[in-house]
Amino acid sequence: MARIPTICPFCGCGCSFYLVVHDGQVTGVEPSPDNPVNKGMLCAKGWNSYEFVHSPDRLKVPLIRKNGELVEGTWDEALDLVCSRLIGIRDSSGPDALGFLCSAKVSNEENYLFMKLARVVFKTNNVDHCARL
Amino acid sequence: MAGLAAAFGSGAMTNSINEFDDADLFFIIGSNTTAQHPLIGSRIINAVERGSKLILFDPREIPLAQFATLHLRQNFGTDVALLNGIMNIIIQEDLHDRLYVEGRTEGFEELKKLVGRYTPKVVEQITGIRSSELYRAAVMYAQADKAMIIYAMGITQHVTGTDNVKTLANLAMLTGHVGRPSTGVNPLRGQNNVQGACDMGGLPGVFTGYQRVGDPAAVKKFEDAWSVSGLNTKGGLTITGMMEAAHKGTLKAMYIMGENPLVSDPDITHVEQALSNLDFLVVQDIFLSDTAALADVVLPAASFAEKEGTYSNTERRVQLARAAVPPPGQARSDWEIIAGLCSRLGLAADYRGPADIMKEINALTPSYGGITYSRLSAGHGLQWPCPNVDHPGTVFLHREQFTKGKGSFLPCEFKPAAETPDDEYDFTLTTGRIYFQYHTGTMTRRIDLLEREAPEPLVEINPEDAKKLGIRSNDLVELESRRGSIQLKAEVTPRVPKRVLFTTFHFREAPVNRLTNSAFDPVAEIPELKGCSVKIRRCS
Ligand code: SF4
Repeated sequence: MARIPTICPFCGCGCSFYLVVHDGQVTGVEPSPDNPVNKGMLCAKGWNSYEFVHSPDRLKVPLIRKNGELVEGTWDEALDLVCSRLIGIRDSSGPDALGFLCSAKVSNEENYLFMKLARVVFKTNNVDHCARL
Repeated sequence: MAGLAAAFGSGAMTNSINEFDDADLFFIIGSNTTAQHPLIGSRIINAVERGSKLILFDPREIPLAQFATLHLRQNFGTDVALLNGIMNIIIQEDLHDRLYVEGRTEGFEELKKLVGRYTPKVVEQITGIRSSELYRAAVMYAQADKAMIIYAMGITQHVTGTDNVKTLANLAMLTGHVGRPSTGVNPLRGQNNVQGACDMGGLPGVFTGYQRVGDPAAVKKFEDAWSVSGLNTKGGLTITGMMEAAHKGTLKAMYIMGENPLVSDPDITHVEQALSNLDFLVVQDIFLSDTAALADVVLPAASFAEKEGTYSNTERRVQLARAAVPPPGQARSDWEIIAGLCSRLGLAADYRGPADIMKEINALTPSYGGITYSRLSAGHGLQWPCPNVDHPGTVFLHREQFTKGKGSFLPCEFKPAAETPDDEYDFTLTTGRIYFQYHTGTMTRRIDLLEREAPEPLVEINPEDAKKLGIRSNDLVELESRRGSIQLKAEVTPRVPKRVLFTTFHFREAPVNRLTNSAFDPVAEIPELKGCSVKIRRCS
């Protein structure tokens, strides 16, 4: 059994807790007792936050639309396609024909890298996220 | 955010969660705290039970109402008038903090002139709040020693959202209630890393730490660090602007990471058309959301439990999460996916892990300068600004002076909501969150317990209105606005005032954003999710 520190994926309180891991599966949570934010407490969302992690609906493979249908593809295929289409549109219609939505659900490092990609490679400032909402 | 940044120089929560314990008075407006921020909600309740006062402004009888010293149910969308009225009384009664106003702020004369017109009588007509009650609220707030204003999306999701926030900032400065422990203005962020996404430059006009893309010094610094030239120095489009441009056909491709605008955004019929109009759509997510189902390429991402990284909570605390299990199948961390694209596109991205990315953020972002992985793993996070590795982090903002120097009074006139009820669409529909679900439900609806507690969408209607329309609890009703219609069950309850309906946006089977208005605040471009006009009828 292992206990791995994490931060609740739900609201902006940012409660901290440990994920309890058995044989590669998250089986529960333990709130972190000495964290100044939640002091050992969690709400119902936090207590149950791990359940969706092992949901059978999780996406496991890249999907690519072919003849109108989303079908499974490889990472190389998917990433090459994303690059060539975005570069193609930038070159034919200009940088401002592209839009990038960051996420209030992913980490700081990921948001940083995403906005860097948009601004450096595609030279667009069309970068936003859903915080306005 | 735009409103608070204009007044104080920083858009973030001024205080910390721990300071809630010592406040003498909470002034809560537009936040259903126990549902949206449960742990902060319980801090407030505990403080009130120890004797702190609570003034609550909410048209609905939300759970906090039973703990309120004073609960005022203003008419929908009249917050600017309400707050101007409170300031009118404070100035009339000479309860403002003259020393603070003189020493730390600018623009008082204009404020005084404007709020002079908002006499209790005028305000009563607009807001429906009796002068005597407004008076009580004004005196209680002004005379409290440690008073905290708390607000959330009930304030910002209006056409006048930025004005609402500026007006709250005016009130706090007028009474000297910013810049001390347990005293300030506190926007509560909805999602777990909204604060971080903003801090990291996930906004059109700024790089990390709110350094402007139009500021030549900032551009030079980022160009040097990123070994690139010719960065775009014009501000870009907001999400609302992007949807508009996609509709018109000028925006041709979108890359959406971990968001589901097809359920969360206003007027989703419009969003659906906009997204379908794109030549190319990439969506990166953990589930096949409604938005992902429209994509040309869907990239499977790791969930929070499967990756390392930092998140910034509503009180500016940056905290580190570790990976507990590997991602399912071939799913990858978002940073790995983006790094893979960067290297394909000739942008060096040989990061060994998120810690390397954080080093880059530290070097480029003064407020995150001292927030390193080694410090984070040794403690319980660090609150920015934290400029260097010896800095302990900042518990509350604007201590001696405001981030921008002097605080600016930015007086605003009351403007009615974009859509007000008329003979045909005779109800105001307002939307929000409930305790057991979260956002568009892609995560919480897959959690059994939460789904059992709150399995279906309901629309709340006042008993008097319900009686007139022959609607009983659990009847299926249809709501119709100028943009679309949905069906869901009714809950007859005095929680909502007459002529107001309330529902949530967690449920895709009754997507309330088919009805909502995409009319938006001209500055922050936050859509008016909090209100639109609808009619309601019982389905036969
Ligand atoms: S445990 Fe509850 S209060 Fe804490 S961050 Fe998660 S959702 Fe918010």
